[in-house]
Amino acid sequence: MSEQYKSSTNLERAPVIEPGHTFGTVTEKISAIVLTRPATNGWFVGFGIAFMLTMMMLFAIGYLVLKGIGIWGVTIPVGWGFAIVNFVWWIGIGHAGTLISAILLLLRQSWRNSINRFAEAMTLFAVACAGVFPLIHVGRPWLAYWLFPLPNSMGVWPQFRSPLMWDVFAVSTYATISALFWFIGLIPDLATLRDRTEHPALKIIYGMLSFGWRGSARHWHRYETAYLLLAGLATPLVLSVHTVVSFDFAVGVVPGWHTTIFPPYFVAGAIYSGFAMVLMLAIPIRKIYGLEDFITERHLQNSAKVMLATGLIVGYGYMIEAFMGWYGGDRYDAFTLWNRLHGPYAIPYWMLLICNLFIPQVLWIRKLRSSPAALFVISGVILVGMWLERFIIVVVSLQRDFLTSSWGMYYPTRWDWMTYIGTIGMFLAAMFLFVRLLPMISIFEMRTLLPEAEVKE
Amino acid sequence: MKRDPIYGIMAEFDSAQALVDAAHATHQAGYRKIDAYSPFPIEGLAEEIGFHHDEVPLVVLIGGIIGGLSGYLMQYWMSAVDYPLNIGGKPYHSWPAFIIITFEMTILFAGISAVFGMLALNGLPMPYHPVFNVPRFALASKDRFFLIVFSSDPKYDAAGTRSFLQGLDPRSISEVPS
Repeated sequence: MSEQYKSSTNLERAPVIEPGHTFGTVTEKISAIVLTRPATNGWFVGFGIAFMLTMMMLFAIGYLVLKGIGIWGVTIPVGWGFAIVNFVWWIGIGHAGTLISAILLLLRQSWRNSINRFAEAMTLFAVACAGVFPLIHVGRPWLAYWLFPLPNSMGVWPQFRSPLMWDVFAVSTYATISALFWFIGLIPDLATLRDRTEHPALKIIYGMLSFGWRGSARHWHRYETAYLLLAGLATPLVLSVHTVVSFDFAVGVVPGWHTTIFPPYFVAGAIYSGFAMVLMLAIPIRKIYGLEDFITERHLQNSAKVMLATGLIVGYGYMIEAFMGWYGGDRYDAFTLWNRLHGPYAIPYWMLLICNLFIPQVLWIRKLRSSPAALFVISGVILVGMWLERFIIVVVSLQRDFLTSSWGMYYPTRWDWMTYIGTIGMFLAAMFLFVRLLPMISIFEMRTLLPEAEVKE
Repeated sequence: MKRDPIYGIMAEFDSAQALVDAAHATHQAGYRKIDAYSPFPIEGLAEEIGFHHDEVPLVVLIGGIIGGLSGYLMQYWMSAVDYPLNIGGKPYHSWPAFIIITFEMTILFAGISAVFGMLALNGLPMPYHPVFNVPRFALASKDRFFLIVFSSDPKYDAAGTRSFLQGLDPRSISEVPS
């Protein structure tokens, strides 16, 4: 009994870095993945599949540009369909990266140092996938620049009272700040690669990308100030992005959209799905590249706890939505609730509750929180559940609103599926390239975690 | 033959603690044009070499103010002055609806100022620098710590500075050609 208690206590306090590492070994181990490790057949097969899926996406988009939005399942009343479902899903996944890199930095959660780099890369690639959808959904993608306030010969300007305009600014700011944050984090590590590589061409490439970083104390001081301020700016930004995305719905009058709980519930859902994606990437990566020393059980457990907490907030959102439908006295809201539970899309709604609310409760069990295989499966379930949530919000609210004469059904076509699965391929292809070309763990931030880094005045 | 002038004298240390102590001693000894290099940020090291004025926060503040003002004024001018359009009877100057884009523009400009302001103040990008001429300096991005006294320092003299640095018990000492 006491033996068991002791071992589980040790498990709880798993270290952020396994003992025995020095500045040199940390540097060697992470930079070797990029500089000396040969690309394996497994990498080529994985990248090849992801690349083919990307090509499939480009084919589907090409056909869309040729024929128009009619090849999709969208119609009236459901004019938003897969494009908006996937947009919200992808942008939500990106949120975990910023949470890890900015909010956990401000909260001094130093365990974040080993996962922030690839979580930020995940954010960038997820935002890129998200950006595809509104762009092609406008119908005439070659005119999408009309969304920006550019002077034009028609003498018109965008309409700033619309949440869709707010979304343009929120998402493009988010993409820019995420890219900058990721890049300045890379500068010192690119300098390390420049100094470690033997290859003259790589020396020049990494040297240029590192801007000639030399680690001067004055530079580090300004660097840390800028990094901290950027984290402070990214924190309200990331919370605002999914809030603004939820305004796209909440500002409308459609029953099932017009609720004030949407902003916090969307942000929590975003972090929920984002951490699920972080785990789905981290678990195979640490295994394949032998990074268990740096991405330890502690990271898996902490991520699982974040998922549990945000999952409960999301569950609270579902509960309040149902309660307001029943208690609010608005017959259309009440009908939306009924329609979710018993309507034509009842099966996805119940699956959503099972995936997002019921199955993740097993994370209360400590044993499962520290089992990579179990976490991988649960994360996959959560990603499916969060995708279904967006499907329910977008499709089921639109398909039956106020007038029975305007009810309709939505069936995605093969082009919808090809575009969606294609963006998953694009995301994975970018991740495959990232792990081979750039240090996927922040080397300089790992050095600061070692006991030798501490200095007495 | 004309001999290359010396850019400075560089001492190499094994630990972060040794570098901080050495930087402290060098500054105490009256050297002012010095710099320290480390593979990760060390708290308090910049202060030891006499760096106290970090202008990055000011740059970010100015960037944020410019971003917020331009975001709001852009929306005001476009919606109320240049192209007034009646949307559901809302006032042309519907300020609550303008807040979100104002906020996003504040963050965007402040963030861009933080990154580019930091790079500009650091004088980066600078792919070439004399310290890279020292072969051992490649370890500054791995696990070694370096201190340099520039030859432009008024107290600098080749032999005296070298023996002073020798007294700090470094791992090695090298001359940095400019």
